[in-house]
Amino acid sequence: MADLTSNLAGISSPNPFWLASAPPTNMGSMIERAFDAGWGGAVWKTIGEPIRNVCSRLSSIDGSSTQRMIGLNNIELISDRPTEVNLREMAQCKRKYPKHALIASLMVESNREAWHDIVKRVEDTGADGVELNFGCPHGMSERGMGSAMGQVPEYAEMVTGWVKEACSLPVIVKLTPNVTSIIAPGRAAVRGGADALSLINTINSITGVDLDTLIPNSNVNGKAAHGGYCGPAVKPIALNMVSELARDEFTQVPISGIGGIKDWRDAVEFLLLGSTNVQVCTQVMHYGYRIVEDMIDGLNNYLDEKGFASVNDIVGLSVPRVTNWSDLDLNYHTVASINHDKCIQCNLCHIACEDGAHQCIPLVQIGDKRFPVVDETECVGCNLCSLVCPVPDCITMVSLEDRGAPMTWHEFTNGDALVQATTEDHGGISNGHAITSAPVGTPSEVVHGSAS
Amino acid sequence: MKSFIPLEAVQIERNFCDVAPAFSRAQAKVEADRCLYCYDAPCTRACPTHIDVPAFIKKISSDNVVGSARVIFDANPIGATCARVCPTSALCEGACVENTLLHKPIDIGRLQRFATDYAIDSRRPMFFSGEPNGKSVAIIGAGPAGYSCAVYLKRLGYAVTIYDRRELAGGLDTYGMAEYKMTQKVSVEETNLARGIGVEFRLGTEVTPELLVQLELDNDAIFLAVGLGQTTKLGVEGENAPGVFDALQWIEQVKTREWTGIPVGRTVAVIGAGNTAVDAATQAKRLGAERVVMVYRRGEAEMPAYDYEYELAKSDAVEFRWKSAPVGIVTDANGAVRSLKCVETLPTVPDEKGRVAYGMVEGSEFEIPCDMVIKALGQSKMTAFLSGIAGLQLDGSGRVKVDEGTMATGNPKYFAGGDCVNGGREAVDAAQMGKLGAMGIHQFISGEIVEFAGARLPFVEKLPHEIELPVPTPIAHPEASAAELGVKSYAAQG
Ligand SMILES: Cc1cc2nc3c(=O)[nH]c(=O)nc-3n(C[C@H](O)[C@H](O)[C@H](O)COP(=O)(O)O)c2cc1C
Ligand code: SF4
Ligand code: SF4
Repeated sequence: MADLTSNLAGISSPNPFWLASAPPTNMGSMIERAFDAGWGGAVWKTIGEPIRNVCSRLSSIDGSSTQRMIGLNNIELISDRPTEVNLREMAQCKRKYPKHALIASLMVESNREAWHDIVKRVEDTGADGVELNFGCPHGMSERGMGSAMGQVPEYAEMVTGWVKEACSLPVIVKLTPNVTSIIAPGRAAVRGGADALSLINTINSITGVDLDTLIPNSNVNGKAAHGGYCGPAVKPIALNMVSELARDEFTQVPISGIGGIKDWRDAVEFLLLGSTNVQVCTQVMHYGYRIVEDMIDGLNNYLDEKGFASVNDIVGLSVPRVTNWSDLDLNYHTVASINHDKCIQCNLCHIACEDGAHQCIPLVQIGDKRFPVVDETECVGCNLCSLVCPVPDCITMVSLEDRGAPMTWHEFTNGDALVQATTEDHGGISNGHAITSAPVGTPSEVVHGSAS
Repeated sequence: MKSFIPLEAVQIERNFCDVAPAFSRAQAKVEADRCLYCYDAPCTRACPTHIDVPAFIKKISSDNVVGSARVIFDANPIGATCARVCPTSALCEGACVENTLLHKPIDIGRLQRFATDYAIDSRRPMFFSGEPNGKSVAIIGAGPAGYSCAVYLKRLGYAVTIYDRRELAGGLDTYGMAEYKMTQKVSVEETNLARGIGVEFRLGTEVTPELLVQLELDNDAIFLAVGLGQTTKLGVEGENAPGVFDALQWIEQVKTREWTGIPVGRTVAVIGAGNTAVDAATQAKRLGAERVVMVYRRGEAEMPAYDYEYELAKSDAVEFRWKSAPVGIVTDANGAVRSLKCVETLPTVPDEKGRVAYGMVEGSEFEIPCDMVIKALGQSKMTAFLSGIAGLQLDGSGRVKVDEGTMATGNPKYFAGGDCVNGGREAVDAAQMGKLGAMGIHQFISGEIVEFAGARLPFVEKLPHEIELPVPTPIAHPEASAAELGVKSYAAQG
């Protein structure tokens, strides 16, 4: 039994699984049921001036007939309940569950007094921390809140600073992924004093169009507006942004990873890439609070199996494995290897390579069967065939022994000026607009340089 | 009787391979992904031990197979056996919503087998024994009821010893299941899980009245899981001829897999049409009998075997003589069976409870030529043994009377479960009674109430939190248009 207790910037919880600020954390009675089901923490549905919602609000895309809602889009705003009610229930909930993490998500107008006021009121509830919602990408952003703050580093820094002036609790800043680079707003929040970062909030999206009515999803009396996208489909985007911040030397604060986590495996990936804990929304909206049981069980079995005594021991273990493209070994070479005993002759690898890669898996008659056979001299080791093969472990990528000594693009180009990484801080408030800022080491010239 | 062996051992071996072969990992995953992960799942409701079926399937999906097996064993200590021998089409799979959606239920039995086999093969601990509490319980009978009770009691910290007169643990799971459904190895390895947590087995030990007195003195409670006794007598001439067999004893011989030593006739008459009768008939066929005829006193519609068992018998080309009652076994000068003498029967007018008796039709005798007869008539009760226990009450059919919640008998120290209580049902029913018995025994000894997984239906009938039910509005006139009803049509707004 591994130790699953987790601590994010001084906020402890019995396990690293928190509910993200969203419908599953709408009110006290829901969060109490979630804690009973095993969730370690919950970020209350964002509190602010009560709003009016529209109907309808959600739309989704499916993976397959049996895998519905792999991506979810919403145009819901922040809590539509009176702030006093939310705060009263928060105080009750915290009293009842002292060991669980209870965080207030906040969003008010861009006004120092308004932020001071709400922060003070939250402190009175006994909540463990606050999360600043700089991420909501629809509706609230049109009123200068939510992602409108997260997209402008100066704002993010300024408002975080206001909150820190008044707040004795740990302050988490929740970032929007709707930026060119996550580094700039991340650094800005840290400069403003953020104790932790959480990401990602939802991604601008339209999930589809009704082909009969020609109205995009989701229909609000004949019209639709872009919403925020989440669910399993967004996990890769979230993982990348988490790892970018984990690698950045100017944002060395703990990270709460969010975005598309559906089971313990996803959670472990976030932890390995630098998250201290994780938050979940869509999967709970799909299947209910009960999913946390397998998250805890699976994580625990994984840690036991791998010999880790504590969940904290795996945080960030894969971060050093993420690097810039130009630091990868150009001489590393793998080729596909097909196990013909397992092959069921579906020929998916053949057609994928033929039309989508490098035409190096011809079909060859062996006995009375036609097998795909890899032409190793042509194979570039791209992985595609192994990704499409439906039989587990049938196609493996084996690394070739007789290859050159490791050599990176930097070494190959002999330190060409174009590919020198800049260490200059692009996320600074001076040139802070997200469009112009890029993460360290990946200025746009590098991309051009490598592609030519 | 001289064995008639028309088949090569290799062929017999092939005939006895698994009727429902194991899933590969790829198959298990695809099948698991089909599961809708229902809430308050009908499959879980239908399972007598209320295994949380969608939870264990979901864990196969997420590659948490050990966790999956634990969910199963937590609610049913004979999960690996049940995965093979449960009448799933009448239980979980019969209830699966995919029956309606795709006309193909999730193959729950085989998924369960996948998870439990994985756990057993990889030697993962499935149970953990509790802190020793200084109390001890003796369990009589190592079948599913006794075994299940032992596991749960050990989990609570009791010293548990199981007594069984046979050499192997598992009871009918080990000695009575059709060999093409399950081999002895499965049941024996499964019972080893309990050995792993310190349950003691005294096998090859007949519990005599003297030993019982001793057990009463040495233990805080006794759980009776003695099952049933001998097959009931037919009471006709020729019944003791060497070619006449008791179905359960004969199946026990099949389970040795020593194919050349198993007696089988060229033409076999099986008396009875229950599940054991089908097991005997199909196995006789698989051993090489040319003709197998099942003889049943009532009609086809009243056949007690499950539908899928009947289908299996038909696909093995077993023949049926409905409405026929055996009245004698004809033997030749050497005592060898020559034929089964029967009379035709006719249903009587139903009594007030709707039950129909079958009367013999005079002068309708006929003979079924055969050289072997297998009797599958149901088993008698262990009345002699049971009536020796003070305070124990038996019902009119010789079944031990118990409190349904706690399995307590008329004697406060004795609890009971399994076939000796329900008269002979599925292994899974016995496993559930073992679980309830363990809870009852614990309550009796410690006064504490524990609740094991699946002891009751996991979901309460009432809503989880208070909601106000909408006041029903009168139904609008069907001719009223959507517009009149105030319903906006988005499609019309183009
Ligand atoms: C209907 C809906 C409402 C949401 N409301 C909020 C909110 O009020 N505040 C907030 O910070 N995030 C809100 N979110 C975003 C989630 O907290 C979370 O960041 C996002 O859904 C990604 O996680 P997931 O992929 O696990 O769903 C909302 C998401 C959904 C689907
Ligand atoms: S409407 Fe019926 S089918 Fe649809 S989710 Fe509810 S219960 Fe299931
Ligand atoms: S009823 Fe069928 S689909 Fe539903 S949870 Fe059970 S096995 Fe899965």
